[in-house]
Amino acid sequence: MTVALETSHLVKKFGGLTATNDVSISIKAGARHALIGPNGAGKTTLINLLTGMLKPTSGRVMLGGIDITNMSPQKRVRLGMVRTFQINQLFGDLTPLETIGLAISEQHGDGADFWRVAGTKAGVNQDIADILDRFRLADVMNTKTSILPYGKQRLLEIAVAIACKPKVLLLDEPAAGVPDDERHEILTSIAALPKDVTVVLIEHDMDIVFSFSETISVLVNGGLFTEGPAAEVARDPRVKAVYLGESLDA
Amino acid sequence: MLTILFDGIAYGMLLFVLACGLSVTLGLMNLVNLAHGAFAMAGGYVLVLLVNDLGVPFWASIVCAFFVSALIGLVMEKALYVHIYRKSHLDQVLFTIGLVFMSVAAADYAMGSSQVFARIPDALQGQIHVFGIGMGRYRLMIIAICGGLALALQYVLVYTRFGSRLRAAVDDQRVARGLGINVGSIFALTFAFGSGLAGLGGALGTEILGLDPTFPLKYMIYFLIVVTVGGTSSITGPFLASLLLGIADVAGKYYVPKLGAFVIYTIMIVVLIWRPQGLFARAANK
Amino acid sequence: MTEPTPTAKLATQGILARARWHPLEFVFWIVAFGSIWFAPNKHLILTEIAWLALFALSLDLILGYAGILSLGHAAFFGVGSYAAALLAKHGIVTEPVLALFCAGLVAAVLGFATSFLMLRGADLTRLMVSLGVALVLRELANQFGWLTGGADGLQGVTMEPILGLFRFDMFGHNGYVYCLVVLFVLFLAARRLMASPFGLSLLAIKGNPLRARAIGIGVDMRLVAIYTIGGFYAGVAGGLLAQTTAFSSLDVFSFDRSADLLLVLIIGGTGYLYGGIIGAVIFKIMQDYLALWSPQYWPFWIGLVLVVMVLVGRDRMTRWSEPLRALVNRLDWRRTPS
Repeated sequence: MTVALETSHLVKKFGGLTATNDVSISIKAGARHALIGPNGAGKTTLINLLTGMLKPTSGRVMLGGIDITNMSPQKRVRLGMVRTFQINQLFGDLTPLETIGLAISEQHGDGADFWRVAGTKAGVNQDIADILDRFRLADVMNTKTSILPYGKQRLLEIAVAIACKPKVLLLDEPAAGVPDDERHEILTSIAALPKDVTVVLIEHDMDIVFSFSETISVLVNGGLFTEGPAAEVARDPRVKAVYLGESLDA
Repeated sequence: MLTILFDGIAYGMLLFVLACGLSVTLGLMNLVNLAHGAFAMAGGYVLVLLVNDLGVPFWASIVCAFFVSALIGLVMEKALYVHIYRKSHLDQVLFTIGLVFMSVAAADYAMGSSQVFARIPDALQGQIHVFGIGMGRYRLMIIAICGGLALALQYVLVYTRFGSRLRAAVDDQRVARGLGINVGSIFALTFAFGSGLAGLGGALGTEILGLDPTFPLKYMIYFLIVVTVGGTSSITGPFLASLLLGIADVAGKYYVPKLGAFVIYTIMIVVLIWRPQGLFARAANK
Repeated sequence: MTEPTPTAKLATQGILARARWHPLEFVFWIVAFGSIWFAPNKHLILTEIAWLALFALSLDLILGYAGILSLGHAAFFGVGSYAAALLAKHGIVTEPVLALFCAGLVAAVLGFATSFLMLRGADLTRLMVSLGVALVLRELANQFGWLTGGADGLQGVTMEPILGLFRFDMFGHNGYVYCLVVLFVLFLAARRLMASPFGLSLLAIKGNPLRARAIGIGVDMRLVAIYTIGGFYAGVAGGLLAQTTAFSSLDVFSFDRSADLLLVLIIGGTGYLYGGIIGAVIFKIMQDYLALWSPQYWPFWIGLVLVVMVLVGRDRMTRWSEPLRALVNRLDWRRTPS
């Protein structure tokens, strides 16, 4: 099996505080991997290091064997490192159609076309339509994003990421804040993600973590606490002690 | 040479008193207030009216200038500014430019468009010589008053309960609210006090800066330079920035008068490119 | 090639609709060009409206579309104005259209160079830097009096006929037609630009720069591009002023000009291209009327309009423009989610 994403001895310090402490993770291509840890364990910092929003103090990040440690965020996206956000980061004034269209245009390398009317490339339009269909957004494709129901916005959040044709997709609490009746739609979409996409899930909800992931890494205090197959991690008494305790006993 | 330094320091100190209120409001409410100079102008006109027309003693008038401007600030904050804290920076810019234009036209209407001066007491006129350096008495007085104010402000911010609340509110409003700090009233007080200081500076500055209805426009850029170059995380930043600006401006006008204000604008641009958070901002760690 | 799916057809229509012309827009331009014949005695003020509209359009490109807050847009206007005046005065490029293009290019170069200064920092930093650039240029124009005429302005400019055919007459007829045509052509270009993937990506950057980066948009280069284009437009507007008045003065760089411009754009509403044009019409009519009534205190009323607009809420004040805005941006503004 080839390795899709790898970090080696990744360290990030903010002044005196070490937010990420010597983290070495290796995630296989096509894996369903979960990244868990209590609040303040450094999950968000790690995502920011992986996606290039932050530069590490030391250590390296490799994507599909390519060193991306010093690459800009948008270059990483083009290489296939894509994320979603815990809090929706969408374009309120644009429609789902336009939002996905933008991402696909960037993928096709014609996002900077300034003299071509948008929508004149059939291939692009078909790609957009496929994603709209897949994420059940076709019926609201011309509605301003800011007035979409929250569940639809959450779906769009993932749909945009998929439109970037990810090799590695980082899902940051995809179901956060979604009301129960709309939750199902999100989980189905996640389960239906293409198999060739490596998915890294950052999640608090243990039900989702265990129903979805095959392998788990546990972060505590910025460092890698333990990792392994989901079932093993679930049984690990030390993990229970630091983190899982209640949610497993219940 | 030393006289230029001396004049520059006096000018810088004055700028600090004029602008420090702006720095706090920017830091506290993230409010871009281009109309700060209008409060300074109000203070200047209060001094001129009281001293020249009503014969009130100079010192009493200076104190009045502070309180009148502070009162105007308080009223404006409660009546108008509270509505724009949550609006975008574009809205804040539009709103406060509007206030600037209105104050310029209103001052023109009420006071006439020509430059005015206040009669200053004899004791403050002329120069004294210390170690062979000629120092204007008026400027010496400005350095004494403004320097004293700067020290007092630093003391209040660092050592008093109000100061620590203010700093907490500047650092993180939500946390401050959570701690039971009434951010709204702290801000109203600070805004009023900052306006009062601007008024005081405006009053003291009539002799040096000149006073006419275009004052808020003419000095707007100077106040903004102090704030952006000095940063908003402390008062030492704006203080040092004021001194630098004061000295650079006086020296620039003396040595290269042909270049005019070119020097300070260029310095400002360079500084902002180099350190967008301000020259003296704490190193951002995020 | 396979047949597109039903959703793909709908999606194609949805995106293309952004570029489609609405009948109201035709009416708008027919009225605009009609003014050449039905308001011949108003051509001098209409000329001012035309270049002001173009200037406001240029600000709309960078503020309304890309979200860059600028208080020094007069810098480009001023550079364009001096460039056009100097080219004519020294007989370097005598044909006005070509000279106008050159003036725009000079401003575009300035826009490109200063755009890198605008990439860093928050709103206030951008504000200060843009303001600083305009002030520096004003000082420069003042200092290089041998070239610019200093505080007296650049006098003795004589304009050759447009395209060698149409003379700038003293009633401003040809001048107005010239300005209107330039405005229309550049408007068409801007409309085309904003209907492209590039234009759409600017709206995305304005809406959420963080996500724009996260979907692979090269934010910095897009901002550089639009700031440069905005500079070109503003430079052409300044060039029009210089050509129609055969004069250029330090006043073109003034802070008031940048501030007034914000008002013009805000009255008309940002982000749908017509805002600047409509705002210019309203602003000039207001100025004309108020200037008769209380010329000295005119700034007071400008200020009052700004304050009231912000307090009432700009969205609410420009709601009348909503249908037109929706047409141009192809947003279905009436539909609520089902």
